[in-house]
Amino acid sequence: MAAVTATGTRQFLVFRLDDEEFGVDIRKITTIVEKSMSITRVPNTPDFIKGVINLRGEIIPVIDSRIKFGMPPVSYEEDARIIIIKLEDIIAGIIVEQVAEVIELNEENIENAANIGGSLSMDYISGIGKADGRIVTILNLEKLISLNN
Amino acid sequence: MEMGQYLEIFIEETKEHLNNMNQCLLRLEKNPRDGAALNEIFRAAHTLKGMSATMGFNKMSGLTHEMEDVLQALRSGGLNSGSNLADLLFKCLDALESILNNIVETGDEGSGEYIHIIALLKDFAGRRIAAGEAEKDHDGGSSRETTGDICAGHPTAVLQINQYEQNVINKAIEAKMNAFQITVVLNKGCLLKSARAFIVFQTLERKSEIIKSVPAVEDIEDEKFDNEFTVVVLSREDEESFKKDLYAVSEVEEVIVVPLLTVYYTDKKDNFESPEYKKGLDGTETGKAESDDAEEAEDEFAKVESVAKKSKTGKTVRVDISRLDVLLNLVSELIIQKSRLDGLEGIEKTKDYVETLEYLERITTSLHDAVMKVRMVPVESVFNRFPRMIRDISRDIGKEIVLNMSGEETELDRTVIDEIGEPLIHLLRNAADHGIESAEKRKELGKPPAGQINLRAYQDGSSVVIEVEDDGQGIDIEKVKRKAIEKGLIDDDAAGSLSKKDVIDFLFLPSFSTAETVTGLSGRGVGLDVVKTKIESLGGNVEIETAYGKGSRFIIRLPLTLAIIQALLVRIGEEKYAIQISSVNQIIKVFPDEIKTVNKQEVILLRNEVIPIIRLEKALKVQKEEKLRKKLTIVIVRKGERLTGFVVDDVICQQEIVQKPLGKLLSGVKTVTSATILGDGSVALILDANSLAV
Repeated sequence: MAAVTATGTRQFLVFRLDDEEFGVDIRKITTIVEKSMSITRVPNTPDFIKGVINLRGEIIPVIDSRIKFGMPPVSYEEDARIIIIKLEDIIAGIIVEQVAEVIELNEENIENAANIGGSLSMDYISGIGKADGRIVTILNLEKLISLNN
Repeated sequence: MEMGQYLEIFIEETKEHLNNMNQCLLRLEKNPRDGAALNEIFRAAHTLKGMSATMGFNKMSGLTHEMEDVLQALRSGGLNSGSNLADLLFKCLDALESILNNIVETGDEGSGEYIHIIALLKDFAGRRIAAGEAEKDHDGGSSRETTGDICAGHPTAVLQINQYEQNVINKAIEAKMNAFQITVVLNKGCLLKSARAFIVFQTLERKSEIIKSVPAVEDIEDEKFDNEFTVVVLSREDEESFKKDLYAVSEVEEVIVVPLLTVYYTDKKDNFESPEYKKGLDGTETGKAESDDAEEAEDEFAKVESVAKKSKTGKTVRVDISRLDVLLNLVSELIIQKSRLDGLEGIEKTKDYVETLEYLERITTSLHDAVMKVRMVPVESVFNRFPRMIRDISRDIGKEIVLNMSGEETELDRTVIDEIGEPLIHLLRNAADHGIESAEKRKELGKPPAGQINLRAYQDGSSVVIEVEDDGQGIDIEKVKRKAIEKGLIDDDAAGSLSKKDVIDFLFLPSFSTAETVTGLSGRGVGLDVVKTKIESLGGNVEIETAYGKGSRFIIRLPLTLAIIQALLVRIGEEKYAIQISSVNQIIKVFPDEIKTVNKQEVILLRNEVIPIIRLEKALKVQKEEKLRKKLTIVIVRKGERLTGFVVDDVICQQEIVQKPLGKLLSGVKTVTSATILGDGSVALILDANSLAV
C-alpha cells in the first residue's frame, strides 16, 4: 500500500468523535484492533491514559481520545476501535468511537489550521483537510501521544 | 559500497583499540619500562591508522600517524619523556575518541582540527630525530637499527640483537621453545612487496611470535625495503616447518632460517640505549640493572606464551543486540504459553501428559537460563573506564588516589550494564572529591598519603553487589542532621530520635548537599538522588555505611536476572498486581485493630519490630467498594535493611512471570516498573516495591 502516491497525495484514516471527523496519517498506523479486550488501568497516570493492553505479547498504552480532547466521556460500543500507532520509538493506541475509511488528500487540500478557533488545542491539529465536501481535522500525532495535557 | 556494515565493524574495533591503548598507557605511565605495554599501544595505533585510512577518515588517520611517530621514537629509545608526554598521549586518545563519537553520531569526523595536539606530537617526535642524528655521530656502535642498512644485500647477516631482546630469547629457549632469525627474500619481480610481506607475517604469526623485524614493520608496510627482510621469531615449531610454510607463499624466492642461541651478557654496559633513554621515561637516572632486564624479559615472555594460548581459546561471535532481544522475547512467550498449558482446565491429565509437561518445563527453564547467560556481560566492560577516569580526576583535584578494583569478571545483564555506568561514575567522583581528604589532612590524621578507593563486584545469592568504598573522611552525621533541620525537612525534636540510617537517607534527597563548595565534579546535591533513582529503576537498591573519620561504603544491590522473575500475585479490588518475590519478606494476616498509628503513619508490631504499613488500595487509587474484612492480608517487603507492609485484599499465588516493559510513553510512571501478561492473557502491573515502601 503506497502511502505517498505518485501525485504527491497522502492517505489518512478517518475516524469519528461525536460529529467531527479526524484524520491520522496512515503511514504511522501499525494496526487497528477491536476494543473488546480488557484495558488494565495504570495508577498515577493522567486520566486520558486509559491503561495498557496486551497486543500479541506486547504491552501497549492506550489513550482515550475523547478525554484527551476534553469531550465528555461516552461508553464505547461495538464499533469502537483502538488505532495502534508507532512514532519513532513510541507505540500507543488511541481509542475511537468509530473508524470510517481511508481518504486521499492532496497537499493543496490541506489547509493550515492557525486561523480556526475552537475548543481543541491548536497543538494537536496539523491541518484541516477538505475532501468531497467533508472537513477532516488532521491530527498531529507527535503532540497527541505525549504525557502532557 | 557497503560502507554501512563496515562502518559498524570499524566503530566496534576502534572502540576496542582505544580502550586497549588507554589501559596500556596507564600501565606505561606507572612503569615506564613496560616494553610490552609500549609495543601494544604502538601496534594498536598502527592498526588504527590503517583502519581509519581505509575508511577515508583522514583526520583520525593523520592524528594516529603522528602518535605513531612519537611512540616509535619511544620504542627506539631516542626520546626522553615524562609525565608531559603521557598527558599528551592521553589527550590524543581523547581526541580520537571524540572523532569516533562524531562518526557514530553523524557519519563524518566532525570539524575539530586538533592542530595544537598535532604540533605538540610533531615536536616530541622531532626531538627524537635530532637526538638520533646526534647519536649516530658520536656512537658508531649504537645498535639502534636504521632502516634498510643492516641487512642490505647480505642474507645471512646477523641482526643486531639488543640485550633486552636477547633476554626474551634466552627465556624462550629455557622454556624449550625455539628462536630463529628468518630472512625472507622475495622475487625480484614481485610487484606488491608489502602485500607479500604481510602474508609472510601472517603465516609466521600463526605459529610464532615475532619479536623483532628489520626493517621495522611500518617500513615494510610502506615498502621501504628492497626485496628482503629479516625477522626474529619464537615458536615451538622447528626450522623445517617454517621453511615449508614460507616457501608455500608465492613470490618467495628464498628463506634462510638461522637458529638463535642463548647469550648471556655479563657486563652491565648498555649497548642499545641512548644515554637519554637510560634515564628512563620518568627522567630519573637509573642504571639498567640486569635483573630489571630479566624481569622485563619474563613479562614479555609471559606475554608470548599467553598470546599463543589465547589464540586457541576465546572464539567469539559478534551478535546484534536486537537479535538477542528477539530471542529472549520468543523464550519469554514460550514460558507464558507453557504456564497456560499448565493451567488449562478440562484436560485429561494422563501420566504421559504430565511427564511431557514436566519435561517441557525443564527444557524451557534451561532455554531461559541459556538465553539469559547470553545477555550477561562481565562488569569489566564498565569498570575498565574507571582507572583512566580516576587518574584524570586525581590530577585535576591534586589528590593522590589509588583505585583498587576486584570482581571484574562478575556478570550482569546487558541492559543493567548499560545503565550502571553513570551512577558508578558519580559515586567514584564523590569519593574522590568529598571522601578523600587532602594530602596534608591525611598526613595529620596519620593516614597513608594516597587515598584508597575500592571498587568491588560480587554475587550474593540472587543479587549482584557493587561496592564503592573509600578511606576518606566519612559522613558527618551531625552535619547532615543540621542541614536537614536548616532545610526544614525535620524539626529539632524529631531530629533527636532519628537513627543513623534515617539521617543518611537525607543525602538521597534531591538538592541535598553538605558540601561547602561546589566543585566541577560534585557538590550541587544533584547526584545521589539521581543515583538512587537509576538504581531503583533497575530493580536494585543502594545503601551507605559510613564511619566519620574512617571512610564510607556505598553498597549497590542489583537483581541478577532481569526479564523473568518469581513474583507474588496479589489482588486489590478487581485489579491484579505482581510483587517481586525477592522483595517479599513474609506474608501475615492481622486483625484490623492491630494496625496502630504513630506520628500519622500506620504501623504494626511484628515480633517487637515496628513496621510501617501502606494500604495499597490508597497508594494505587484503586476503585473498589469498602468491604469490612475480618482479617487483613499484609505482604511484608524488604528494602535494604528495612521492612514495610503492604495491605492487599488477597494473595493469589506465587508464579514465574515475564517482565514486559511498559513502553517509552509510560516509562516515567512511579510505583509501577513494568507489566506482565498472565496466563489468561490479562495484564498485571508489576509494583515497584522500593518506591512504594517507606
